[in-house]
Amino acid sequence: MNDQVTISPTTLSLNLTINGQAHALEIEPRVTLLDALRERLHLTGTKKGCDQGQCGACTVHVDGERVLACLTLAAQVEGRSITTIEGLAGQDGTLHAVQAAFLDQDAFQCGYCTPGQIMSAVACIREGHAGSDEEIREYMAGNLCRCGAYPHIVAAIRQAAQELRS
Amino acid sequence: MRDFSYLRADSVEAARNAAALPGAMLLAGGTTLIDLAKCGVAEPSTVIDISHIEGLDAIDVTADRAVIGALARMSHVADHTSVKSCFPAVSEALWQAASAQLRNMATVGGNLMQRTRCPYFRDPQNFPACNKRAHGSGCSAIGGATRGHAVLGVSEACIATYPGDLAVALVAFDAEVDLGGRKLKVEDFFLAPGATAEQEHDIRPGEVITAVEIPGSAAARRSTYIKVRDRQSYEFAAASAAVGLELEGDGRTVRDIRVALGGVATKPWRARAVEEALKGKAIDEATIRKASELAMEGAVDHGANHYKIALAPRVIARAILKLGETA
Repeated sequence: MNDQVTISPTTLSLNLTINGQAHALEIEPRVTLLDALRERLHLTGTKKGCDQGQCGACTVHVDGERVLACLTLAAQVEGRSITTIEGLAGQDGTLHAVQAAFLDQDAFQCGYCTPGQIMSAVACIREGHAGSDEEIREYMAGNLCRCGAYPHIVAAIRQAAQELRS
Repeated sequence: MRDFSYLRADSVEAARNAAALPGAMLLAGGTTLIDLAKCGVAEPSTVIDISHIEGLDAIDVTADRAVIGALARMSHVADHTSVKSCFPAVSEALWQAASAQLRNMATVGGNLMQRTRCPYFRDPQNFPACNKRAHGSGCSAIGGATRGHAVLGVSEACIATYPGDLAVALVAFDAEVDLGGRKLKVEDFFLAPGATAEQEHDIRPGEVITAVEIPGSAAARRSTYIKVRDRQSYEFAAASAAVGLELEGDGRTVRDIRVALGGVATKPWRARAVEEALKGKAIDEATIRKASELAMEGAVDHGANHYKIALAPRVIARAILKLGETA
């Protein structure tokens, strides 16, 4: 059995794959993926809300699954594939069906929670958890919207789920 | 968050060796450890990342038992077809816990190590007294705001509620936790506070949870998890019940019943008095409600959490009635 462990120095040299691009970083082990994205790589689409796993504003995808960047160490996702809101639209700028549906349905007010809502919604549909409004509400419960745009968010996800199915 | 050094363990053996280092803590999904490090509650000098160990996330379900690898994510277990059919209470406890994002991160092994949500425990700056954080420092919750605190298994040292859902279902069905060198009942793995509130789990330095095993049974196949809370979703239980029921051929006499409670006790709480009162009995609503009251024997409230003593038996009764209806 392999019993190798790699002991880190004070600073780690990491290679993160974000939206298909490789990024080299020198960071302390305690730096979260959220802070690495925003403060080091200037990918500020991912928002910092509560910074303690309660609001969903920092939702990103790791290997295609939605997670919270504020409770993920950057070091932990080296070797994984990370997608942020900046990586969702097509190369030519064509919006993802969920982004377009949020515009159609006016599914935000201040917009701060929106990147997290959209990343969560894309995964929610892909997981097969957008079958009914009730199911959408349950599986989107981890994304808070203090403006209270919830009915429009549910409508946008319902619309996008239908479009992506057909 | 205090800085720490970061180690990536590539095998269980490496994780065991590293876990024995002073100040070392294991990192799997991170939903408890990183959160508590930010609160200033967890101050590891070394974080050992075990999330990249290969082969520890398998979910293997047969008619006899389920073996769930320690790194299996909560979402994957919740959605697993055989878990849903053979252990519905386990699936229901999982998908009603936390949020979709947290369930994608959190692992089954890490879930068993989840810490209490007691607001005094989580706030060392404002509340230095907490026996769970520092032995003998006192309890800020007793005499404080206690609406979410436990009524069962409490002591003078600690009244913090065990917050999880999965372990409640595991305790109901006699699941075991595999620590590599030894296996023990999940029920015994969790420790009531007594005079040593700082010891929440029967786990020793250098031990690593590798799997959870749940014996299959007719009661597990006909089971449910009901969770009552302040909001409909993404909230900890005010009271919850994992119940499994096996009836005789007549469709009304209890052959086997399992009852465990969450949200009201200091550890996942098996309600054996309720089970014993109903075994061999023909059940109707009155019998069920009377028996469910027995779960609260020995309950002690601290004012604002008094409602739990009335609520928990109703949650148990609702779960049994629901299972009875699906005969």
